[in-house]
Amino acid sequence: MSDKLVMSTGNKAMAAAVKMVKPTVVAAYPITPQTEVIEAIAEYVGGGEMDARYIPVESEHSAMTACIGASITGIRVFTATSSHGLLYMHEMLHWAAGARLPIVMGQINRTLAPGWNIWAEHSDALSQRDTGWLQVYVSTVQEAYDATIMAFRIAEDNRVLLPVMINMDGFLLSHIMQPFEMTEPGDFVPQISLPHKIDVNDPKGYGAMSPSDIHFTFRHDMEKAMRASRTVIAETEAAFAKRFGRSYAPIEEYLCDDADVVIVAMGTLGKEAEVAADILRKEGVKAGVMRIRWLRPFPIDMKIEGKDLVVIDRDYSFGFGGVVAGEIQARYPQAKIASVIAGLGGQEVTYEDMATFVRTRKVGTEFWFGIPSEEQ
Amino acid sequence: MTEIPKEEMLLKCPSTCAGCGSLLALRYILKAAGKDTVLVIPACCNSVIQGVYPYMLHTVPVYNIAFAAAAACASGMSEAFRAVGKKTNVIVYAGDGGTADIGIQALSGALERGEDFLYICYDNEAYGNTGMQRSGATPLGAITTTTPNGKTVNKKDLDRIIEAHNLPYQATACASYPADIYNKVKKALSIPGPKFIHILAPCPPGWRTPSEKTVEIGKMAVKSGIWVLWEKEYDKFTISAPSRAAMKKPSPVADYLKAQGRFRKVDDATAAKIQAQVDKNLKKIAAEAAYSEENA
Ligand code: SF4
Repeated sequence: MSDKLVMSTGNKAMAAAVKMVKPTVVAAYPITPQTEVIEAIAEYVGGGEMDARYIPVESEHSAMTACIGASITGIRVFTATSSHGLLYMHEMLHWAAGARLPIVMGQINRTLAPGWNIWAEHSDALSQRDTGWLQVYVSTVQEAYDATIMAFRIAEDNRVLLPVMINMDGFLLSHIMQPFEMTEPGDFVPQISLPHKIDVNDPKGYGAMSPSDIHFTFRHDMEKAMRASRTVIAETEAAFAKRFGRSYAPIEEYLCDDADVVIVAMGTLGKEAEVAADILRKEGVKAGVMRIRWLRPFPIDMKIEGKDLVVIDRDYSFGFGGVVAGEIQARYPQAKIASVIAGLGGQEVTYEDMATFVRTRKVGTEFWFGIPSEEQ
Repeated sequence: MTEIPKEEMLLKCPSTCAGCGSLLALRYILKAAGKDTVLVIPACCNSVIQGVYPYMLHTVPVYNIAFAAAAACASGMSEAFRAVGKKTNVIVYAGDGGTADIGIQALSGALERGEDFLYICYDNEAYGNTGMQRSGATPLGAITTTTPNGKTVNKKDLDRIIEAHNLPYQATACASYPADIYNKVKKALSIPGPKFIHILAPCPPGWRTPSEKTVEIGKMAVKSGIWVLWEKEYDKFTISAPSRAAMKKPSPVADYLKAQGRFRKVDDATAAKIQAQVDKNLKKIAAEAAYSEENA
């Protein structure tokens, strides 16, 4: 292990991690704020630092499809996108997961139009949560780097063989410079061995018409893989911690053990919430933070007994509610949730704001930050 | 006479309609391509013809992909094979809808990038798999389920669109001329970079013709000049033998139209218009071939 401390944006750190795990094919289409990721990779490939084929496709639909075509030959692939690009891929996201291809994708969270808005929001990725992709949300440049390396090992594990999406808040993290340790993964990510790769000496049909019972089995297999991925994620994160000294969990807890009230959020908001908890603690409020990292597979062991939850959603499911709040309530019916909708379209949400959410919380209600109370 | 291998690459009992031109063409495409081949098939008749899991018609791997996605899938696959030093042929086999309509963006992108694969469009001039709706490749006057009175606009000139990408090899073919298909596929696969072959594939239910007439109808298309067989290898444009013969004295297009139920609503004025278009096109093609020969 030779770590070196460097300054980088989240995007460039992700690209550096991709270079380290040596994919054979990268296919991508540019979109703000993801562009830096694929520009950096194009530079690596162009400059001979990375021995990969870079396919500059004509659309995101084709980016994902080219990854599918490449991946089925049994090699490692990567792509990155954001926002409308992710939505344009939607059809192929299903094809990738359904074909059990361990594609890894950087996904820079951004608002969806109309109106045009390039700032952070999680609606893009959350609207893809039922595609069969694993989804992790990162909160620092270091985590963007580390999660990218781990994503390949998790996706390519034969117990999983599902694609992984690494979500990073647009600009708030993608373009923010932070110092991070550039770890050489070495053999941490083993060589890929895809059991169902295309073999002309053993010809098979892939994705042919399948009768209902077989289709049903395929879908159940995907869910079994999702469940198994919980174990693989835990093993991978533990192995990573042991080897490189940085540990992660599906839910990052901060001061939660004795907390009466816990802020729940994803991405940079989840990290920022730790400062809010410190402020609240000084006021005598026993506050903590749960930052959900893996949204798929969804965490099954949230320790929320006896605690109020202030769930901050940087997203919304219209006619229903905040997505994360809804997911928690569905899985933990006893959860006492004050739902806060905040940060849409990149709306600024400070740790002071978050502390206020906690102080003024009303369990069982939904609060839209920035909208006057009489209009709520 | 070309030596076409006896070995069959398609197993028996495909679930096609009787007399399907696209399957006839595929039989010779695979004979030409050989075993070291992967077929990429988007949504189309051929994604159904291959059979229901776990059975399969083909003796080469077949990768089924979404309607709009074939050329992009072939791009990724071909790049991956080449990256690890494999020569495996990657052949897209797509219908006219998946090529001229929904798939054209991915196809154009792949051609522009110079991807190394062969794209074959079998053109039955409608959406056969969904029950014969009009596509961009449906000809003027043809009845489909969405043009019940006959299509009022022309067939999209796919070949000219493809040609604008300046690819190293491009050809047209027809299911009724297997040796021509075989030779063109062989040649295409010997050339690196993107290759495109456009095959007219008579379709009995769509064209409203008897199943046993497939070969005959395809030949009528070539003989009338409504479908011309040619190939373009880099800048060398040549008219293929059956069309060279036909162009000396093309048969009337009206005979071709009359032989098919789908053209039964074509009136005299439309028939004359179609004939005029064919005449003009034949002149254009003859001139192009002459120019190519002069400048060889
Ligand atoms: S509809 Fe036409 S192209 Fe499709 S299988 Fe039947 S004959 Fe072949």
